[in-house]
Amino acid sequence: MGELVQHLLNATILGGTYALLGIGLTLIFGIMRVVNFTHGELYAFGAYCMYALAMLLGVNFFVALVLAMILGAALGAVLEIVLLSRLRGADIDTTMLVMIGAWIVMQNTEQLVWSGVALSIANPFPADPLVMGPLSVSWNRVFVFAAALLLIAGTYHLVNRTRLGKAMRATFQDRDTAALMGIRIDRIHTATFALGSSLAAAAGALLGPVFVVAPTMGDLAASKAFAIVILGGLGSVTGATLGGFILAFVEEIGAGYISSGYRDAMGFLLIILILLVRPTGLFAQKERIG
Amino acid sequence: MRKLIGPIATAAILAGSLATGAVAQETIKIGVTQPLTGAFAASGNYVAQGAKIAEDEINKAGGVLGKKIQLIIEDNKSNPTEAVSTVEKLIEKDKVPVLMGAWSSTLTLAVMPKLQEYRVPMVVETSSSGKITTSGNPYIFRISPTSEMEAKAFQPLVAKMGIKKADFLYTNNDFGIGSGAEYAKMLKANGVKIGVMETMDPKATDFSAQLAKIKAAGGDTLFVTTAVEQLTLILKQAKEQQLKVRIVSCGGSNSPDQLIEQAGAAANGSYHTTFFPPWFPEVTKNPDVSKRYMAEWKKRGHNVGGLTEGYRGYDGIYVAVAGIKAAGKADPEAIRKALWGVHVKGVYGDISFMKQGPAGKESGQNVPTVYLVEIKDGKVVKTSF
Repeated sequence: MGELVQHLLNATILGGTYALLGIGLTLIFGIMRVVNFTHGELYAFGAYCMYALAMLLGVNFFVALVLAMILGAALGAVLEIVLLSRLRGADIDTTMLVMIGAWIVMQNTEQLVWSGVALSIANPFPADPLVMGPLSVSWNRVFVFAAALLLIAGTYHLVNRTRLGKAMRATFQDRDTAALMGIRIDRIHTATFALGSSLAAAAGALLGPVFVVAPTMGDLAASKAFAIVILGGLGSVTGATLGGFILAFVEEIGAGYISSGYRDAMGFLLIILILLVRPTGLFAQKERIG
Repeated sequence: MRKLIGPIATAAILAGSLATGAVAQETIKIGVTQPLTGAFAASGNYVAQGAKIAEDEINKAGGVLGKKIQLIIEDNKSNPTEAVSTVEKLIEKDKVPVLMGAWSSTLTLAVMPKLQEYRVPMVVETSSSGKITTSGNPYIFRISPTSEMEAKAFQPLVAKMGIKKADFLYTNNDFGIGSGAEYAKMLKANGVKIGVMETMDPKATDFSAQLAKIKAAGGDTLFVTTAVEQLTLILKQAKEQQLKVRIVSCGGSNSPDQLIEQAGAAANGSYHTTFFPPWFPEVTKNPDVSKRYMAEWKKRGHNVGGLTEGYRGYDGIYVAVAGIKAAGKADPEAIRKALWGVHVKGVYGDISFMKQGPAGKESGQNVPTVYLVEIKDGKVVKTSF
């Protein structure tokens, strides 16, 4: 019994992390339809920013988190302006190739700057875990969970309840009409990419102290993020959030009671099953085709 | 401007080929394939740094057969497919007569058919999977111990440590699976009950599910096989989940110094197998060699945490060069035959090869010493057993 409850607690905490990884990508991949291969590198960038700020420059942990998000947004904006703004209207393959190139360049730059040796970030939370009877969880992970929920709620509000969010949705539904309505679509493209990037950097900055920071850390994060977004349905913040939690539960329970060797395969098996029943994912919005 | 680029490029290429042509006459090339980028980048770079120290030392002492040696180090990107390409490039383009590589068992197993196809010997400096020397590849000369040797060396400690029930957590590749199987076999033979055998993806970072299961299984000792990055996370997460068992890491790629730095207090009380203990080099078979290697490593400003990995490359190059010297020529087949007779005083101990694998196509296998160390109050100490 204690084991099952511990598994469920682990899955909930992990789900918050996965949801955070998913929402950043759902904005870029789901709404903008850019297959963003740099998502994992923006995640790693956030973690390295956190390391540089908190460990090398001695910035306060929480201030460093906010700065890492801002730097992530800035890097996202640069990527969008330098690479993607030239590719508006290009087909998906071209954009995808450019993003693959950017991914490789970014990952190798990280190794060049930081070497391949993993780095760790100290956190200000108590070293002893939070213990409740037979259960235990680290304070750092509790903080990450709370921060993730806050960021998810903020993103949901921004996309669905603000003028900027409305402009975003309008732009990516129909660029020409949105432009005719007076929306400055170039800025919306840059803003959306920057927002998605800043969420990826936030995930990296939050999880860097939980795990270790290494140049390849983004690969796994990106593959999970794509799985979550496809699972939840493209472009839906709710879908990405629930997708994150579903993936975490399937992995945790699968590893706990079926086989840990297939832990990472479970999620993808689930995607196949869900796509067989609902080809657009769980929460995809209806959209006009053509 | 554009007009100029053509001639300049041509001149540069000509100059380049002339330069390499000139160098080729004076040097004997040794091919090295290591994971310099990707998941194992940290370890691969340490091995390459160790190899370069050996290269410089050997050249300073006059080289071999009157020529200088030249390492050609290729990055196999921690990827088996890339590893095969690097070996083909080194053999076909650079015409190296002997190779060293390829760090992980999976990478080494991937390149082995190519060694047989091109008939070029390779010194294996790190990999531990038993399959490497038992599959009948006569071009393999391994200086690192197999998982079986490691488990056997651990045997006397089972009773001393009072191990009654053991659980396992290992990375889901040739290295982890091989190590888990050998240790479990040895423990069973010594009357230890085996609880759960959990695996993890080599890239995974969250082990909460596995650790919760291990906690419920209730063993007294957890044997973990993976490299230092995952090991750091396992120590940290085991503490988070209040897993109060003794953790023993196997495989020797565990860099206790890095664990202390990164896992902090969570590393205390854990045990680690290693094949070179830089904390007490005087216990090694050739303390003078160990100290010389350590002094140069520190002089070059390399990361001290990498000392437990770099010696593999250092010894590997000395062994390859001993093979060339004994062969009397830089010819792959002659080096292969000569490697059977080499005796090298290395950091690994006194290196020589015994036969392993099916008769008629045996691989060479060295028998290094295995050490067990403990992390106690943030320091690496000899175990009291």
